[in-house]
Amino acid sequence: MDFGFTTAAYVVAAVLFILSLGGLSGQESAKRAVWYGIAGMALAVFATLIGPGSGLWLASLVLLGGGGIIGYQLASKVEMTQMPELVAGMHAMVGLAAVFVGFNADWTIGLVDAAQTSGEPVVGYFAELVAKKTQVEINILRVELFLGIFIGAITFTGSVVAYGKLSGRLTSAAEKLPGGHMLNAAAAGLSLLCLIWYFNTGGFFPLFLMTLAALFIGYHLIMGIGGADMPVVVSMLNSYSGWAAAAIGFSLGNDLLIVVGALVGSSGAILSYIMCKAMNRSFVSVILGGFGGTSGPAMEVEGEQVSIDADGVATALNEADSVIIVPGYGMAVAQAQNAVSELVKKLRAQGKEVRFAIHPVAGRLPGHMNVLLAEAKVPYDIVLEMDEINEDFPSTDVAIVIGSNDIVNPAAQDDPNSPIAGMPVLEVWKAKQVFVSKRGQGTGYSGIENPLFFKDNTRMFYGDAKASLDTLLPKID
Amino acid sequence: MKIGAPKETYTGENRVAMTPDSAQQIQKLGHDCLIETGAGLNAGFTDDAYKEAGVEVVKTAAALWKAADVVVKVRQPDASESKRLREGQTLISFFNPAANEKAMADAAKKGANVIAMEMVPRISRAQKMDALSSMANIAGYRAVIEAGNNFGRFFTGQVTAAGKVPPAKVLVIGAGVAGLAAIGTATSLGAITYAFDVRPEVSEQIESMGAEFVFLDFEDTQDSSASGGYAAPSSPEFREKQLEKFREMAPEIDIVICTALIPNREAPELWTEDMVKAMKPGSVIVDLAAEKGGNCKLTVMDEKIVTDNDVTIIGYTDFPSRMAAQASTLYGNNIRHMLTDLTPEKDGQIVHNMEDDVIRGATVTYDKEVTYPPPPPKVSAIAAAPKKEPAKELTPEEKKAQEVAAFAKETRLQVTLITVGAVLLLSVGLVAPASFMQHFIVFVLSVFVGFQVIWNVSHALHTPLMAVTNAISSIIILGALLQMGSGSILVILLAGISVFMTGINIFGGFLVTRRMLAMFQKS
Repeated sequence: MDFGFTTAAYVVAAVLFILSLGGLSGQESAKRAVWYGIAGMALAVFATLIGPGSGLWLASLVLLGGGGIIGYQLASKVEMTQMPELVAGMHAMVGLAAVFVGFNADWTIGLVDAAQTSGEPVVGYFAELVAKKTQVEINILRVELFLGIFIGAITFTGSVVAYGKLSGRLTSAAEKLPGGHMLNAAAAGLSLLCLIWYFNTGGFFPLFLMTLAALFIGYHLIMGIGGADMPVVVSMLNSYSGWAAAAIGFSLGNDLLIVVGALVGSSGAILSYIMCKAMNRSFVSVILGGFGGTSGPAMEVEGEQVSIDADGVATALNEADSVIIVPGYGMAVAQAQNAVSELVKKLRAQGKEVRFAIHPVAGRLPGHMNVLLAEAKVPYDIVLEMDEINEDFPSTDVAIVIGSNDIVNPAAQDDPNSPIAGMPVLEVWKAKQVFVSKRGQGTGYSGIENPLFFKDNTRMFYGDAKASLDTLLPKID
Repeated sequence: MKIGAPKETYTGENRVAMTPDSAQQIQKLGHDCLIETGAGLNAGFTDDAYKEAGVEVVKTAAALWKAADVVVKVRQPDASESKRLREGQTLISFFNPAANEKAMADAAKKGANVIAMEMVPRISRAQKMDALSSMANIAGYRAVIEAGNNFGRFFTGQVTAAGKVPPAKVLVIGAGVAGLAAIGTATSLGAITYAFDVRPEVSEQIESMGAEFVFLDFEDTQDSSASGGYAAPSSPEFREKQLEKFREMAPEIDIVICTALIPNREAPELWTEDMVKAMKPGSVIVDLAAEKGGNCKLTVMDEKIVTDNDVTIIGYTDFPSRMAAQASTLYGNNIRHMLTDLTPEKDGQIVHNMEDDVIRGATVTYDKEVTYPPPPPKVSAIAAAPKKEPAKELTPEEKKAQEVAAFAKETRLQVTLITVGAVLLLSVGLVAPASFMQHFIVFVLSVFVGFQVIWNVSHALHTPLMAVTNAISSIIILGALLQMGSGSILVILLAGISVFMTGINIFGGFLVTRRMLAMFQKS
């Protein structure tokens, strides 16, 4: 059996996928890039269906269509604020699919073995492929599918937990079972033993045991990571789902799977790296969960939080020439992005300079704030990154902090004992006046006090972000 | 408790320690308020206004001192007032404890508790009762107004049909509260304003008020955090440098506002006689340090003099009193905040808590003891400035050497990585069969391409990137499709479920990305 057309189609699809990822470097080219991705996927599925995957093609199409309808429904109904959990949830699907495909591969090896000893012909493309393999190749195949299942299982439970945390169904605090990382290490050790066992016997039981261990690792690892680190976790899971696909690609001998899996895997890894760097933390410390131990008592915060009402904020805004808005997760929770957009429109109409400062880890997903602001029709050329805007705070009249906390915490720079010491932060306190829209006097995700709220030029604008902005809006003229 | 404010006895003092507004607030704390008749008249508050605010007007000072449990005042008590103090009475007032030992000892002997408003520690929590700052703010403003009154020209530069007027140049020496207030007033009147301070960290504040910081090129500048935000005496070398700079500026400057004070010392001489001589006729010097001897030695306390070369030097010390209504309102609020802290339960009972940093710091006599000077506060007022390593200016050669070194380092790193990668690949190739190696090469190249491509993705698009990669990772559907044709029902079942799930992912992922990207728009 030769599928020249399929191979050619795979090459085209691979190129399309690379173009698709590369196109995301700019807002305008990104719109085109998605179509490349869609075309690549359509081509890949089509070429497989008419080629090596033609067995039961009708059933495949029906199932694909059914899944497609559900996916379409989900994606068109989801609120932009729920984007993080949707993405996390979908990772779980890929992880589980990888586990299933891995199991199938194992059984096929068994079937082929049985068929060869009894002299019957083997059925199906993959089985025929396996039948041609030598013993060494079969062994490699086993290692590959073992890895695929292992990573896939971690991705599956990890994504489910991440989904639970992001959607608020699970507590977002870092939680560990007694034993902590020893349990993870034990599960990983058990998996390694299973690999040796499976390698020697080829039985299904060690494979199954390893799957259980990997499922546990995924669950426990992600449970131990706090809500503030979720952006890193989601992109890490994304990376895992890619590696799982690549491992499965090896075992099935499918180059396109390898290419795309590697692309997704490496992109997720880089994204995680970029974000860890933004938080000035090592990847390992994020994965091992919780913030690192402090080296001494944190600096005492002296002073009091002075509150202000909408009239006061409105007066200051009416008088200001330049305004920087720092949104955070609180804005997403309160669904305040439209009110913020309205405020920006009004201020800009008066000829004031209004800009947004986005911290790399604001929100629960990398680039979360950008997406929300885009949804509210805030033009993207006034939405700036931390490095671009941090130096402008001293010349800014008013900085408004909406629902962010740790990313504007001056303790990161002033207090060497602070748990977030060294993390780059937005220097809002350098603005002439700072308003903080916040629900109450609570602390941020890292659970540490924020000296910003006690500074002389800071005024607290308590209340739900959306409600606060709605009372503020009519007063701006 | 009864809170009483007598009429100030000091000649020319127009302020009063309680206003109708502050009295209403004090009554909310559960206290009763008394005022001596006519006490607020000079500040524009009539007895009727007080009555309307629920304050009892008392005919004489003697009656008020007798009736009040807490006496609030502006100026330190004079001899006759000191005599009126009695056991258990609390006095809240400016007291000048450093130079008023006798009155302090007398008050302690009598058993009166004295809170000196100038002793309120300079910590954030106590800012609302920091009367020194609120008075200094007024003094700074008034100093500029007073200077303008004696200055024969506009502050702002104008080009009119009748000719061109150059803007006035104002130099503010000392950027404390008064200095900053003066800077703000002078710049808003349109003058070109320069300001100097020995504490380099205030340059940011100076610039934020719109003045230009007079920069001295000097190594050993002060870190004022050690002295609670106040200036400390500077070294002779520094002083020389500073005077040299001022001498250079003197002929250009029209108005000098001196506000430089060092706690518990005579004011430093910063504007010398020869600088005054060098100034243009018609120039004005306002010396807010007059009470402590003046930053200019020609200054005469409480008087306005004109020098031989027609430079006016104003040495008034009663600037806040000259704006009595404003000053009384602010001072009244300071007093009110102090009473709020003294009445924690808001039940009209004064609790003189000597454990409280602010109250302890401000109290100079308590329970028949002199408690001045207070122990240092538990928290320092201002975080210590981090010691900065000055960034060295690099010569072009050094820069070049650095670039070369960086380039060499990068090259070394890349070569090492490539070598290690190649060795790893080769060693894998030695063991693994050829069919595996084919796939492996594809894998390694794809990882490489992935790394190269993703670095360029802009931060704002990270969420769409994740959504896209998520959708693309459903490529695992190919694996499931390949297995659909198997002979085993179980395999078909699992493969079918996988196709179904990845189907959700493909459509959901791409659609969500499209939705997100469609929202990004340019302004």
